[in-house]
Amino acid sequence: MEVRGAILLIILGTALVTFIPRVLPLMVLSRFELPEWATRWLSFIPISVMAALVGQEIFMADGKIALSAGNVEILAAIPTFLIAIKTRSLLATVLAGIISLMVLRYLL
Amino acid sequence: MSLSNAQTESVIHPSDEDSFIQGVKDCIPTLLGYLSIGFAAGVVEKTAGLSIAEIALISFVLYAGSAQFIAAGMIAVNSSATAIIITIFFVNVRHILLSAALSPYFRHLSPLKNMLIGSLLTDETFGVAIIKAAQRRNISEKWMHGLNITAWLNWVIANLAGAYFGNWISNPEKFGLDFALPAMFIGLLVLSMLSRKKIKLDIFVAIIAVIIAVGISSMFSSSLGVIAATIIASTIGMVLEKWK
Repeated sequence: MEVRGAILLIILGTALVTFIPRVLPLMVLSRFELPEWATRWLSFIPISVMAALVGQEIFMADGKIALSAGNVEILAAIPTFLIAIKTRSLLATVLAGIISLMVLRYLL
Repeated sequence: MSLSNAQTESVIHPSDEDSFIQGVKDCIPTLLGYLSIGFAAGVVEKTAGLSIAEIALISFVLYAGSAQFIAAGMIAVNSSATAIIITIFFVNVRHILLSAALSPYFRHLSPLKNMLIGSLLTDETFGVAIIKAAQRRNISEKWMHGLNITAWLNWVIANLAGAYFGNWISNPEKFGLDFALPAMFIGLLVLSMLSRKKIKLDIFVAIIAVIIAVGISSMFSSSLGVIAATIIASTIGMVLEKWK
């Protein structure tokens, strides 16, 4: 139950280089009224980031593209999307995803 | 008399929508997704030889999913501190985009308060906050702290649980729990689209982002994949919207 010096250095160093990109834009950009094109560009970031993360999660396995019919995560994503659109509830979506994958793994 | 009372009431109690407790509640749907990935991170960190105290510390101060997996992996193979820190910088630099996208909603706060908000920023708290931000001009500071702190504690607890109990639970995949995280991202994607009135354009932008993310990730790294997809797809969205 102790923290080694070398590990402490790694933890603090990685925390610092993560902290800066997290806080700097919020601290600096919130001081200014951004130009219209910049606000418009920023408004697309949520969609792009979430879509990129979804894409990596369901179309890739171990760093490689996994588009085969055996990829149950792609199949599980379909009911998950439908439940998300239908219920507009994040909790219902997460539960639907878990149950879909569990059922698919059981059946296939 | 009763009228002035009512007014004082509403000044003392701002709408419940903006309260700390509401932030805690709005975090609940994301807890399961991060509980399972945090648990997995705890297992990996323990296997990499980190002590319980070190695992608690890294989850509290680094507080970043994929980064903790990568740091643990690099520590396990005795990489140098410099190499680990540089790698983690590149893995986490995409937070610049999230932080920038949230900044218009926190104009009412001082830089120091913005620093506190940003220090606990993650993909999931960003996703929940940006949906909250739809159709309003700013996000409540208390609400954001409620959201951030709940997600943060959940993450630390999940990591410690993984470190303690990891070797007892053999196959979490059997229960579909590994899909909690992708399902959460699907939910956040759908909800952020439904909160805008640009469905066709948004779907197009999302498809572009998926193609770029998958393509770049398979060739280079997954963090570069997310950054490239976000920058290019957002730019295409901005240009197409301007055109119309």
